[in-house]
Formats: sequence, structure tokens, C-alpha cells
Amino acid sequence: MPVAEPPGAQDRSRSSEGPQWEDYARCIHCGLCLNHCPTYRLWGREADSPRGRIRQMLLVDQGQLRLGERFVQHMDRCLDCRACETACPAGVEYGRLIEAARARIEQHYRRPWLERAWRRLFFRTLLPHPQRIAQVARLLRFYQRSGLQRLVRASGLLHLLGVAERERLLPPVDDEFFFSCLGRTFPPLGGRRRARVAFFAGCVAQVLFARLNRATIRVLQANGCEVVVPAGQRCCGALAVHAGVRDVARELAVTNLQAFSVDGFDALVTNAAGCGATLKEYAHLFPLSERARAGAFAARVRDVTEFLAELGLSAPLREVRLRVTFQDSCHLLHGQRIGEAPRRLIRSVPGVELVEMHLADSCCGSAGIYNLTQTEAAFALLREKMGYVRATGADAVLTANPGCMLQLRAGVDLFANDARDPAARPIEVLHVMELLDRARAKD
Amino acid sequence: MYSRKAAPRRLERRTLRDLQRLLGPENVLHEPEDVLLYEYDGSVEVARPDCVVFPQTTEQVAGLVQIANRDRVPVVGRGAGTGLSGGALAREGGIVVVFSRMNRILEIDLENQRAVVQPGVVNLDLTKAVEHAGLYFAPDPSSQKACTIGGNVAENAGGPHTLAYGVTTNHVLGLELVLMDGSVVRVGGRTPDTPGYDLTGLLVGSEGTLALVTEITVRLLRAPEAVKTLLAVFDRVDDATATVVEITARAITPAACEMLDGWTLRAVEDFIHAGFPLDAAAVLLIELEGLTEAVEVQAAQVFDVCTRCRAREVRLARDETERQRLWAGRKNAFGAVGRLSPSYYTQDGVIPRTKLPETLHRIEQIGATYGFQIGNVFHAGDGNLHPIILFDSRDPDQFARAVAASTAIMEHCLSVGGALTGEHGVGMEKSELMPRMFTDDDLELMRRVRDVFNPLGLLNPGKILPLGKGCGEIRVQPLPLRSSLPA
Ligand SMILES: Cc1cc2nc3c(=O)[nH]c(=O)nc-3n(C[C@H](O)[C@H](O)[C@H](O)COP(=O)(O)OP(=O)(O)OC[C@H]3O[C@@H](n4cnc5c(N)ncnc54)[C@H](O)[C@@H]3O)c2cc1C
Ligand code: SF4
Ligand code: SF4
Repeated sequence: MPVAEPPGAQDRSRSSEGPQWEDYARCIHCGLCLNHCPTYRLWGREADSPRGRIRQMLLVDQGQLRLGERFVQHMDRCLDCRACETACPAGVEYGRLIEAARARIEQHYRRPWLERAWRRLFFRTLLPHPQRIAQVARLLRFYQRSGLQRLVRASGLLHLLGVAERERLLPPVDDEFFFSCLGRTFPPLGGRRRARVAFFAGCVAQVLFARLNRATIRVLQANGCEVVVPAGQRCCGALAVHAGVRDVARELAVTNLQAFSVDGFDALVTNAAGCGATLKEYAHLFPLSERARAGAFAARVRDVTEFLAELGLSAPLREVRLRVTFQDSCHLLHGQRIGEAPRRLIRSVPGVELVEMHLADSCCGSAGIYNLTQTEAAFALLREKMGYVRATGADAVLTANPGCMLQLRAGVDLFANDARDPAARPIEVLHVMELLDRARAKD
Repeated sequence: MYSRKAAPRRLERRTLRDLQRLLGPENVLHEPEDVLLYEYDGSVEVARPDCVVFPQTTEQVAGLVQIANRDRVPVVGRGAGTGLSGGALAREGGIVVVFSRMNRILEIDLENQRAVVQPGVVNLDLTKAVEHAGLYFAPDPSSQKACTIGGNVAENAGGPHTLAYGVTTNHVLGLELVLMDGSVVRVGGRTPDTPGYDLTGLLVGSEGTLALVTEITVRLLRAPEAVKTLLAVFDRVDDATATVVEITARAITPAACEMLDGWTLRAVEDFIHAGFPLDAAAVLLIELEGLTEAVEVQAAQVFDVCTRCRAREVRLARDETERQRLWAGRKNAFGAVGRLSPSYYTQDGVIPRTKLPETLHRIEQIGATYGFQIGNVFHAGDGNLHPIILFDSRDPDQFARAVAASTAIMEHCLSVGGALTGEHGVGMEKSELMPRMFTDDDLELMRRVRDVFNPLGLLNPGKILPLGKGCGEIRVQPLPLRSSLPA
């Protein structure tokens, strides 16, 4: 059985990193965040609300509540979407608190062996190692292309195993991985260089979103950017941070700080909101004395929508006739407070009509690997989300994060592209960069 | 675990069992780890229930009340738990009934401008559901993005626009209630004036001590044709309060008239960036609504009053974004100020508007006496004050002084002919102060009314009516108290 440790015991050694009493107490339990929390809206329970979670963390920190199964369950169910941070009038840094709580769980709680095994496999064996990601991706591609997937889906085996919905989340693996672009430099197109940027390629994105990465680079080039893709870069560590596996995250951060010597670049650009939020918060991973470098690095990090909206689009755009709606990526809107930039870019494309959906600022249930670990909640949120998407009558849902795209694609598949109405055009899921790429006047 | 006043009686096994049978075990929480998350609300009070239940239908509410009545267990309703007077806390233990799962809008009748909702519907969600038709639900407490309409009904909540449109009671047409014997009754109706006693009026503001509300028929208002929002900036607090007095004297009726003092607005600006000038001694946020021409005329009048009262600057919000920003500054003020210290304590006194200038002076004096900086952000138009006292809950002495200071403020309000609460309710926070406002006979009448509905005192016990204990005795410290910091 897990045991409660003495108050704050292990945190004291690195007390400059972990939250202190004041950080929890900043929560004045006003409850204004409640209705903004997707899990509170789902279940209506204080234990699954930001206020209740903070209270539990504080009590555990004080040694007044056992770090047990219940606590872990409520922390696991948090999407880490940080909508509560946006709603909070008192400036509670919820993201930091939940990450610390998860780190504490990781250190002091023994999960069931199967869970421990896959977590180790995923966070330690797979993510930090690009070659292994590539190997797994090849296997997956074989499964998808050989007809095996069709066979398995038809066999009912997945239903039997209870993983039919999760299997739907399996994204199609790209033909050509992005790894080959590492170390390359892409020149600005159409005249003078307006900026020089370093491109952050991501981890699984290199096998699942290679096309998106290429599209992003094309858009940057078209808008006068020289794009450098530094070799030696690794996964940003976001998934590890969110899961509380901080040692892995810290190592990855060190590698990336090395790979991106930011001098000489106007910005370090990413098309993944989840990565961007983590890169901007690298400093949190280090003790106070070692934060300067991470801070300087973070100051240059830009989400690609933020960067382009700041820079201004210079490439000519042709008309794309499309009615679209935009799903805010949590780690863009709530993590980085960027909501207007992607909308501005979308509206700048002639012919595109942006129709806002209800609760666009609320999580779709993707939340890193939440859809794999908390499938039921993730799909409940997704189903609701698809209802709002449909209500807009949009031909495409746009978003700004690959993780959200996976979830939204599954959502479109399962709930929106309804078989009962075969005449209806299927709803597309696109990254804002893919829209801009499509609108690029081909030369 | 940690200490608590008066250990509540444990639930009998059969009470729990019958509740579980009625609602399903997953809708009945009783483990200490679970119920301790219902010992707080938005106030500084703490009291832990024995059990927390989540009904989904009126029948379930009736059923659970019957069980509670049979076994003589207290029952306390709870919406979102944003209350500021401890209303939703189980002061004597028992069952907390959470309405978060009864949150459906049952009917929207656009033509007749009314809606029927379950009590757990969030205030702002109702407005969002009807705004496409140009309608809205008028009560607008600063907590409206989270608080429930059931909670609004129980507290008779108000907000900045109370000045023009009244409080919750002016917008409730009828209620479905579950009485303590488990019977379901309806009061009021679908039209504003129903024959017979105005029981709806009696129920609204009764803080869950007369019945549990399971359905509410509300009036919806048509959004005004024109809105103008002005920010008047003052170098002296007295000039700002004089402006409020003068606006009233000239019979101008703004839809809202809110004041923030210099110290508060700096705390807010630092965080919200609403656009308040940092060197001001006070600002007034004045909103005018109505027909376009009338609003123009009023705006000119207000402008005139402000300038005569030596406003340094009067600014008009240019567009909706700017207007929203100004309001965000006002609506997030408590949180933004609370950010400056581990705990804060907000009061809710009402005074006649003409007494505003002297009252603010008095509050400043009280702050000096007890050694606190007291911030003021309040509904100036209706003299509803919300002094905010910042303190550190880890320090028992500070807590005691904060309570004493706030009591002194309340006493001043009463002495100038005001009231104990404008909108946050009496709850457990101010029940002991009631005798200072009402005579024994007044209170006795209230008690008799309560006894008609709630003869055994099982519904939200220890609220509104005094228990006859001193304040110091009944107050509990906000938790958790200790810091994990090495000393
Ligand atoms: C930051 C902040 C700002 C605020 N601003 C304002 C303001 O401007 N104006 C204002 O008036 N208030 C304000 N409040 C106080 C609070 O939001 C209101 O009192 C609100 O009406 C409470 O609603 P709730 O759903 O949170 O109710 P709760 O706090 O859960 O409960 C309040 C009371 O209602 C009772 N109750 C709840 N549901 C039912 C039901 N179905 N049947 C019977 N009784 C029930 C409870 O027993 C309790 O007595 C503010 C609070 C905060 C934290
Ligand atoms: S991060 Fe998201 S899911 Fe977690 S508590 Fe905050 S709002 Fe809720
Ligand atoms: S809004 Fe902020 S201060 Fe209020 S309960 Fe939520 S986290 Fe705490």
C-alpha cells in the first residue's frame, strides 16, 4: 500500500523547484474556475474540479491526506488543459501544481505493474529515442497498409479486447518520415529574408506529422523566413512533464538547450502548441540557480501562429472556399494565452469563413495521451465537441496542435461524419498551417 | 486528520444504505477523503458534512429528504459552492445535497421571455443559451460564470446591474420545492403576479433553510438597444463618493455604478490590465443602458456631474472589447486582490448612499486600528459595500483581528441605518450579528416562519437565525493552517 510521506519531505532538497504553501494558498477557493473545467462539467464533483484538486494537493503536501489510490485517480483524470488558469482571478499557476503533484505520485506511489510497465516503455524507452520511434512507426505502417488493420477491425477482436475506440485513434503513419530534414536549412522564397528561424520538429510528429511539418516550413519560407532544422534535437518532454516523469524531461531539455543555440535566430518556432508551452516553461524543470539559460531559450520560443501573426503574412494568398471552425488548443490558449493569432491568420485567407463554435476554448479530450489513459472521459468530451462542430455547419475544423488533430480526426470519424447522412461532405481536420499552405499561391 | 469544531453525529448505517439504494452508490460520498472536499465554499468558514449526495431528479431529492427526515439528519443544499457566507456548509454535519447534476435548461420560451431551469444551471450558461435571441438573465453576480441559479435564488444574489434591474427575486416567477417532509410543491407561476401569498418572494433569499429548490421559472430580459460604459477617474476618494451622491440627487439612473479605490485598482491593474490609471485615488465604472437617444442624454449628464465633482478624466469605452476589459477588472477584483495575501475576507454591508463618504473614512480608521490595509470595491450605486481585508490565515491573531475589524465595519453600517448583507446572505457568517439589526420580536417571527417549513430545524441548521453563541466561539479557522515551509 502506498504511504503518505512526511510533509514536503522530498521536495525540500530541491525546494526552489516545487510549489510552496503560498502557491497552493493562492487559491482562495472562490470556485470561479469550476464551470471552465471539462472534468467538473462532466461529473460535477469537487474532487475532479480545479479547486478540489488543489485542495487535495495541498492536504497531501501537508501530510494531512494520504497519497493513495483516490488521490492518484483524481490527479490522473485532470486533462492538464489549464482552462482553470485562464478562468482564475487569483493567478493560481495550476499547470505547475498538477505537474508537481504528478511528479510526487511518480516518486511515491506504486502503480499496478501493467501500468508501470507501459509507462516505463512509453516515457523512458520510446519517447526520448528517435530511432525507436521510427521503428515502431514502421511496424504501425505495416499494420495499416498490409490490410491487417482492415482484417482486425472487421474481426471484432478489438471490441472483444475493449480497445475498439482507442484503435480509432491510431493515426495514419506518413510515407516519408521527417527525420531526413534534420540538419537541413530551407531558404526564404520570394525576395529578401525577413527572419531566420529554428524549427522544432517534435518527436512522434516526425513520423505522424511529417507532412504537416513540411507544410509549415513551406509557409514560413513563402513568408520570407530562412528555416533551420537543427540536428540533435529531441522530443520536448511535454508528455513526460505532464506525466510527472521529470528526470526524463530534464534530460531532454538539456539536450535541446544544447541543440538550439538560439543566438542568430529570430525565433525558435514550433507548430505544436503542447511542445511550445513546455519549451516556454523549461525553466520550471531546473533549480533556480540554473534557470538563466532556459529562460533565454524560452524567450525566443514562438508558436508558429504567434510568430506569423507578429511578422505579418507577406506571401500572396489565393482564395480557398471553405467554411471553417477553430478549436483552441488548450496549450496554446490556456498555456500560452494565444487565441487571437491563429484566428487572424485564418481570417486572412480569402474565401474562408470562420464560424465560432460553442466552447471552442474547452478541451477536446486529447490532452497528450489522456485519450489513451482515460478513454471514457476523453470520448465523452469528444462526442460533445463534435456536436458543437456540426452545429456550425463547417467543412473543416482547424486547430493548432498535432495532438488535437489526432483526437479531432477520431471524433470526426466516430461522431461527425455520420453514416446516416452519406450525402454530407466529410468534415476535414486541418492545422492552421495546412490551410495557409493550401492558400499559398503556387508558383 | 485535522481538527474540526463540534464533531457531527455519524450517520446511521441504514441512512447511508437507503441513500445508496435510492441514488446509486456512486452518487453517495461518505469516505472522509471525499467529504472533506465539501467542507469549504467561497467564504472563510469550514464545516464538514457526513455525506454528500448527487440527485438527478426532483423525485430523488424528495426521496432523500424523506430519509433524512425519518432519521433526523440535517440537509444542506449546495450549488457551485461560491457562496461567501458559508451558506452551503454543513454546520451541524449531515447530508450535503449537490445540485451539479441537475443542470438542465428544461424549457426556453423566447416569445414570453421566460425559461424553466433546474437549480444547478450556471447563471451565465442561461444567458449564453438565449443571447442569440437578444435575451439575457439579468442577475449578474461577479461570480456568474460559476455560480448556479439555485444558489442565486437561495442567496437572492445581486450584481452590478442590480441598480437598474433589481436582485434575483425580481426575476423569479415560480419555484418547484421539496419540503422537509418530502412533499413536492409549486409556488408562484409563470406570470409575475400570482394570487395568494407571495411565497416565491419568501423563498428567494431563504438560504436553503425553508426548502430545497428543484426547479426555477425565471424571467428573461431583452438586451438593451444601446450601452455606454464610462470610467471616471478621481484624485480624491471623496470626489468619487460625492459623484455617486450627486448622480442620485439628479435622479439619473445608471444601469450600474461601481467604485474601486486606488489601492484596489492598482492590485487589479497589475494583474488584469483593465486600463485603470495607476495613480488614481478612485475610479467609478458607470454603465448606461436603454434607448439610444436616452443613453446619449444620460451620458452627457453623467459626464457633467463627474466633471463638476472634479473627476480628472472621464473615459468612454470605445467598443465592446474595451468595455469587457473594464468589466473584467471589476469582476475579477476580489481574486486579484486576494492574490496579494494568503487569505482575504470580504464583507457585504449596505448603507444609505448619502453616507458613503463618511463610511469610507470610517473603514480607513478601522483598518488603521486593527493594522490592516482594507480595499474597497463595491456597488456604489446602491450603497452595497465590499471591504476586503487581507490577512494570513496561518496566524490565529491576524484571523481574530480580521474578524474584529469586519465586525466593526458591520456595526458602523448598522449605526448609519444600513444592513448586514446586500447580497452574500447571512449564512453562518453573520447569523450572530442578526440581533444587532432585529429585535427579539422580529427574530421570533422569522423563527416561526421557518418552523412552518422546517419544524425540526433539519434544513441548513445554524444559518440566518442566531444560535446564541458568540462570534469567536463559532468561528473556525480556515484550513489548512500549517505551512510545509521550513521555519
Ligand atoms: C468572486 C466572487 C464574487 C461574488 N460576487 C457576488 C456578487 O456580485 N453578488 C452576489 O450576490 N454574490 C456574489 N458572490 C457570492 C455567490 O457567488 C452567490 O451567493 C451565489 O448566488 C452562490 O451560488 P452557488 O451556486 O455557488 O451557491 P452555494 O454557495 O453552493 O450555496 C449558497 C446557498 O444556496 C443554498 N442552495 C444552493 N442550491 C440550493 C437549492 N437548489 N435549493 C435550496 N438551497 C440551495 C445553499 O444551501 C447555500 O445556503 C460572489 C462570490 C465569489 C466567490
Ligand atoms: S487543467 Fe483542465 S481538467 Fe485539470 S483541473 Fe484545470 S480545467 Fe480541469
Ligand atoms: S478560480 Fe482560482 S482561486 Fe478560485 S477556486 Fe479556482 S483555482 Fe482557486
